[in-house]
Amino acid sequence: MPALPLPKAFARPTFALLTALALGGCATQEAVTRADGINDPYETQNRKIHGFNKGLDKNLVRPVSQAYGVVPVEIRNTVNNFSENLSMPRVAVNSLLQGDLRGTGLATLRFVMNSTLGIGGLFDPATELNIPQHTTDFGETLAVWGAGEGAYVELPVFGPSTQRDTVGLVVDFFTNPLTTNTNNKFDDDLRSVPPSTAAASVLNDREKFSDTIDSVLYESADSYAQSRSIYLQNRRFELGQDSQTDIDPFAADPYEDPYAE
Amino acid sequence: MPSNLTRRDVFLSASALTLIAATPAAALTEAAARALVDEVVADIDRVINSGQSDAAILREFENLFARYADVNIMAQYALGADGRSASASQKRAFNDAFTTYITRKYGRQFRDFVGGRVEIQSARQINAGYEIRTLAYLRGEGPFEVNFHISDKSGSNKFFNVYIEGVNLLLTERGEIGAMLDRRGGDINAMIGDLRNAS
Repeated sequence: MPALPLPKAFARPTFALLTALALGGCATQEAVTRADGINDPYETQNRKIHGFNKGLDKNLVRPVSQAYGVVPVEIRNTVNNFSENLSMPRVAVNSLLQGDLRGTGLATLRFVMNSTLGIGGLFDPATELNIPQHTTDFGETLAVWGAGEGAYVELPVFGPSTQRDTVGLVVDFFTNPLTTNTNNKFDDDLRSVPPSTAAASVLNDREKFSDTIDSVLYESADSYAQSRSIYLQNRRFELGQDSQTDIDPFAADPYEDPYAE
Repeated sequence: MPSNLTRRDVFLSASALTLIAATPAAALTEAAARALVDEVVADIDRVINSGQSDAAILREFENLFARYADVNIMAQYALGADGRSASASQKRAFNDAFTTYITRKYGRQFRDFVGGRVEIQSARQINAGYEIRTLAYLRGEGPFEVNFHISDKSGSNKFFNVYIEGVNLLLTERGEIGAMLDRRGGDINAMIGDLRNAS
């Protein structure tokens, strides 16, 4: 039923320059502007960016991901492992900031094991030894600290986000020890490695969930609204903030029960 | 002994009988809800391993979706408040178009289950029946959460909503149908035509 990991592919990789998009200011809890629980005051602007992102996908990301899909899956998995491993310092720090000691331990353990036994993170012995995967980011840290979600925003290249998650993205990028400027020529060349492997992971996801992503972007009546809905549902679920949204269609409209006699 | 049988006793036991009779004969139980999920998963596996052509497999997936999903209630929810102004024949036409659309759209997703497995984690009572929480392990992916909402209000046990990593089918499809209607300025017939073409 994997219509799902969709949002992962929309995901927030860790490359690039997002500063301009911090969108002035931290997300504070704003009044939700619509009945459906979506706060989207910048819709006009967002839709323009969505159009740009779609063009980018159609002309670049999608074709390149299909080409990347030709690369043997073993190699792609190795790249993914490597990229995931490089994100572990971030995950450990953010888990700690959230008071999640288990998460901190998992991320640290995974980083140490995969960097050594896994030869610099090319392999994933931690998973084979049943150490669960764990991921988080500064957007989640902000949520744990009580910052509101803020408005929905669609970022160029990065896709669907919220003001809170955009701030998280920027902070994660600039606090990543692996991408920090060290004024050392050798190290500085290596700084491009994490963003590049993250981009490769995104391509991999774009290819793997191609059917689903294509159906949202190119087959739905309003791809902007669908991406927004799916992103927010999934992100709130990840953050445990989906406030138990059981839908009871049987009770939803007593006048239209198809089974009423 | 029979002389001990007072009128009051008779009345009481008669009331008790009435109470028993009033209890729905076969209310959905947690066990039945779990069994339904097991059945769906087993059927998907069977189709995947049947060695048929891709086209035949897709058709079978559509049939599975139609058999196990309460497509009527899904259609009604997806149409939402706009359905109130619809005539009976429009509702029927929408139901048909929606059934084809939804079974194609979600049926083909079952393909991703190749080489994967689904493990039931827990169950929880909800208004309309039960929620069965599962973890899906697909090839090369960390497990993700898939929750089935199951009810017997259609007359048989069927799922009426699915949550995949928090994204639920009913809400997502109501958004989509709403957008299709907006695009047509609220013209239900035109929207039904589009829905037919889309699927």
